[in-house]
Amino acid sequence: MSAVHHTPSTEAILACDGLSKHFGGIRAFTDVAFQARRGEVTAVIGDNGAGKSTLIRCLVGVHAPDGGEIFFDGRPHPFSNPDEARKAGIETVHQNLALIDELTVAQNLFLNREIVRRIGPFALLDRKAMKTQARAMLSRLSINVPSVTQRVRRLSGGQRQAISICRAAGSGAKLVVMDEPTAALGVQETGNVEALIRRLREQGVSVILVSHNFDQVRRLSDQIWVMRAGRMAATVRASETTGNELVALVTGAA
Amino acid sequence: MTAGAAEESRSSLSALLLDPSFWADWASVVGLVGLVIVFGIAQPVFLSVANLQALLLAAAILVVLSIGQTFVVATSGIDLSLAAAVMLGAIILGLVNAAGWGIFAACVLAVLATSAVGFLNGVLITAGKIPDFVVTLGALSGITGLGLILSGGEPTMVGSTFLLRLASGSFGPFGYPVWVAIAAVIVAHVALYHTRFGVHLLATGGQAESASALGIRTGRVKIAAYTISGFCAGIASLLLVARIGSAEPLINTSLLLNSVAAVVLGGVSLFGGRASILGPAIGALMLTALVNGLTLLSVSAFYQPLAVGAIVVLAALIMRYQK
Repeated sequence: MSAVHHTPSTEAILACDGLSKHFGGIRAFTDVAFQARRGEVTAVIGDNGAGKSTLIRCLVGVHAPDGGEIFFDGRPHPFSNPDEARKAGIETVHQNLALIDELTVAQNLFLNREIVRRIGPFALLDRKAMKTQARAMLSRLSINVPSVTQRVRRLSGGQRQAISICRAAGSGAKLVVMDEPTAALGVQETGNVEALIRRLREQGVSVILVSHNFDQVRRLSDQIWVMRAGRMAATVRASETTGNELVALVTGAA
Repeated sequence: MTAGAAEESRSSLSALLLDPSFWADWASVVGLVGLVIVFGIAQPVFLSVANLQALLLAAAILVVLSIGQTFVVATSGIDLSLAAAVMLGAIILGLVNAAGWGIFAACVLAVLATSAVGFLNGVLITAGKIPDFVVTLGALSGITGLGLILSGGEPTMVGSTFLLRLASGSFGPFGYPVWVAIAAVIVAHVALYHTRFGVHLLATGGQAESASALGIRTGRVKIAAYTISGFCAGIASLLLVARIGSAEPLINTSLLLNSVAAVVLGGVSLFGGRASILGPAIGALMLTALVNGLTLLSVSAFYQPLAVGAIVVLAALIMRYQK
């Protein structure tokens, strides 16, 4: 099968074409075309080392690609660092770097975008407003935590992941990017996080999901992109594929 | 209150008293109250108004230094150059004053110099990617040498009416140095709990990598923390020179050790991410009360460091139960 090519359509929120990245002599991926449609859950799957995570990091500005073009909302070359991506409306849920254990739920949800009251030349935290809004953000996504003033350290893996997703969605993000959001979770917690991703989509947020779990990808996503050995090997509609076909595409047996 | 509610509150109180994390969080308060009771019974003079005022006056410098140390420890660092910076501030104050620049210029320059030391520590640690311990240990030695070179190893008398008044004057029940310490506690408390900087400081200390992934400039936060520590050393140097009337090229190492001890007693995690201002301030009071009480009981001064050491290690043991 030949590499996938396309011209980014206007319904794409984030797209790239001809994208390449290598680290020294090691090629992460070559000539990759990809797009995530507005309002959809777009999955990227592939074996370990296929280049998924590096592709995602290039798309959200962590790495600068060596060649090719990235489009966000139709605009080329959108950002050169993660901060710019965040300001443009892309929030990333990092695998292990999403929350600060020693801070409370509310502090985490508003970290680096704290609400302040100006008193003369001083800006003091409006802790009451942050707690109230934190409760509202959590209930909008039906996330259960004992209290927003609880330290995150004491929460379960599923609750922590839910809070980091809530944090990402809570900033009015247009696109939330998640790298293996359920990798470390139990069955029930995985179910909760999947429900959360569905609710995000219902609220019109676009989602890019990197996953190893083919069943999960078929359950959750609209479009699936398959990477293999540093290339974009295929793309399929989730509703039109089977688990066996995905396995074949990932391993190259097809 | 019904009998059931009374019982419940009693059982929750005993649960609280049995919970080791309660003792860990309140170690400095419990220690201070314990010392006050023990010394008050053993030597009633300890509780006299005059002695308590003297105690607070003696604690002021350590309280200010402990606050500076707290900001650094909250970022999971440690400032070993704190006492050396106090010496440098004192020497600069003495020399500038002796050169006839006036006492206010001397005070300002002293605080600027110690703040610059802190800033430099922070820059070396973050930009140079050198461990906090190594940089501030190097600074400790470097500043000691600088102080000796600048002063020629000689103390400088500082005969200033302003500093004399600062040291001996009082407003209401407390001497001015105590008010300086109280002001420092209030400002630091607000900065830690009620500003974005405070949250970013704790985030940087808790998990620096996550904090920077979430867009916090952890390098700047760390530099700010060390600069605050240097600033506190400068304020402490003013209080010190005011207290002893001269600028001496000597490092009071017990100030450094006690500042770390007060931070530990105050329930601040040495791994960063968890801090309070009131805790270390009360820890500093407790250490001063310990020395004061032992002196009143005519215990030889040789036993005082032993007592401080024992209490700090005990506090660190209790801290392991902190949740």
